[in-house]
Amino acid sequence: MPIIVDHLNCIYEAGTAMEVVALSDINLVIPDGQFIGLIGHTGSGKSSLIQHLNGLIKASSGTVYFNGEDIYDEDYDLKKLRSKVGLVFQYPEHQLFEVDVFSDVCYGPKNLGLSKKDVELRAYKALKMVGMDDEYFYQSPFDLSGGQKRRVAIAGVLAMEPEVLILDEPTAGLDPKGRDEILGLIKKLQAETGMTIILVSHSMEDVANYVDRIIVMNGGSVMLDGVPKDVFAHYKELEEVGLAAPAVTYIMQQMKEQGFDVGTDATTIAEARDEILRALGR
Amino acid sequence: MIREITFGQYYQTDSALHRLNPRVKLVGTMIYIISLFLFKEAAPFALALVFLAAIIKLSHVPFKYMIRGLKAVIVLLLITAVFNMFLTRGEALVSFWGLTITKEGVIAAVFIALRLIFLIIGSSVMTLTTTPNQLTDGLEKLMGPLKVIKVPIHEISMMMSIALRFIPILLEETDKIMKAQMARGADFDSGNMIKKIKAMVPLLVPLFVSAFRRANDLAMAMEARCYQGGEGRTKMKPLKYGKSDVLAYVVLAVYLAGVIVLGKWL
Repeated sequence: MPIIVDHLNCIYEAGTAMEVVALSDINLVIPDGQFIGLIGHTGSGKSSLIQHLNGLIKASSGTVYFNGEDIYDEDYDLKKLRSKVGLVFQYPEHQLFEVDVFSDVCYGPKNLGLSKKDVELRAYKALKMVGMDDEYFYQSPFDLSGGQKRRVAIAGVLAMEPEVLILDEPTAGLDPKGRDEILGLIKKLQAETGMTIILVSHSMEDVANYVDRIIVMNGGSVMLDGVPKDVFAHYKELEEVGLAAPAVTYIMQQMKEQGFDVGTDATTIAEARDEILRALGR
Repeated sequence: MIREITFGQYYQTDSALHRLNPRVKLVGTMIYIISLFLFKEAAPFALALVFLAAIIKLSHVPFKYMIRGLKAVIVLLLITAVFNMFLTRGEALVSFWGLTITKEGVIAAVFIALRLIFLIIGSSVMTLTTTPNQLTDGLEKLMGPLKVIKVPIHEISMMMSIALRFIPILLEETDKIMKAQMARGADFDSGNMIKKIKAMVPLLVPLFVSAFRRANDLAMAMEARCYQGGEGRTKMKPLKYGKSDVLAYVVLAVYLAGVIVLGKWL
């Protein structure tokens, strides 16, 4: 189910002194099954953009098409859209409320009006997908560790079986181990289910290892859009807006400047290793 | 949706009112509210309206923004007006189903509605033009004399400023949690009363948890900076009266005198 964003504009508090242009003239096509990294500095409009994709914010002008249908049509079922485009907010563990983990994950599918059996089946599947063991199912979600809470919250969205999964800074506030776990989990999800994933982040390093495409936002508009190596080739421009390419990019650039004959396309450590070995002729 | 509530919020801009000493604004608001309840004639109300209009113009806050705060109290306003209309004794205008609308009732309803509207807009002008910090500074200074009879002024004003500071934070948090639950298919708008109340649970539980977490963090941060109450605390920017503040007091005095004159002798 591709998403098409067409000339999207969003202005908050229009007509007051607090007027903020959050998004200006965004045009994007998000095809099925792509793993996208959405990157930008704080206030660049990335959170605003993703909330438009499942209809939580209404655009000031322009529109979003999901599966060929305009989501701002009068009779468009937004509730259904939200089950198809799952959105995991920043610090999603703050939205947990139920008495135990399992019922919290059931909340989403229950809202879809499914039968009790289907609801529980989906919740079980979702919890397994995020790697939660059965022993945690009937614990209070408030007793879990930070990383576990976050996984439960992600399961809460996964249980609605969305076709597109959007995650807003899923690694914020986690330690390196928790971060790798969550990112690995997302990669695994994408490989297993083939769903479209949009990963919002401000860390290039996080994203470079996983995604097929990177969209860089700055000041409410799309600055760069392409495969990681093309985007990182613009590392100087990225620096100007307070972002940085992965460390590997810098190493390769520096080697080339020093006269060592390597390509500068590598974005991950593995690619860099292969490239250096190639240059050494081994 | 939740962003619509403007009552008690600060509007960042520059105007003569914004620069005024918060004590003047507090006293002014009090005088204004009292003046609304002094009389029941049309003339003083007209003066109150003119005064309010002038103040709004002076504040540089868009009028549209200001009256957004009224939306929240419109129900209360209607109920009060309707009760006044039916329950005041006097000359009957219309009666049906055993209820009577009296002439005095209609007048009372109009006045009470106007009073409430003026009161709310008048006090919003104060909060819109004064930061919570200034407000509590002003309050602490104004209530200063009560320290003599052992009223914990500093603690009261600190609590007030924290409460005020938390209004926008909690509103934002509510907005966020609401959106997060809506992304999980929650529906806060449809269904009957019981359904709507039940739909609030996924909103209220995380909100309470987060309020406690924030309160805890704040207490910790304050203690880490050796906060121990008002004893021996000094201000970096003590409040001082300026020329414009004196002028504002004069204007207030003239206004109050005007209301009294209009109400008593006209």
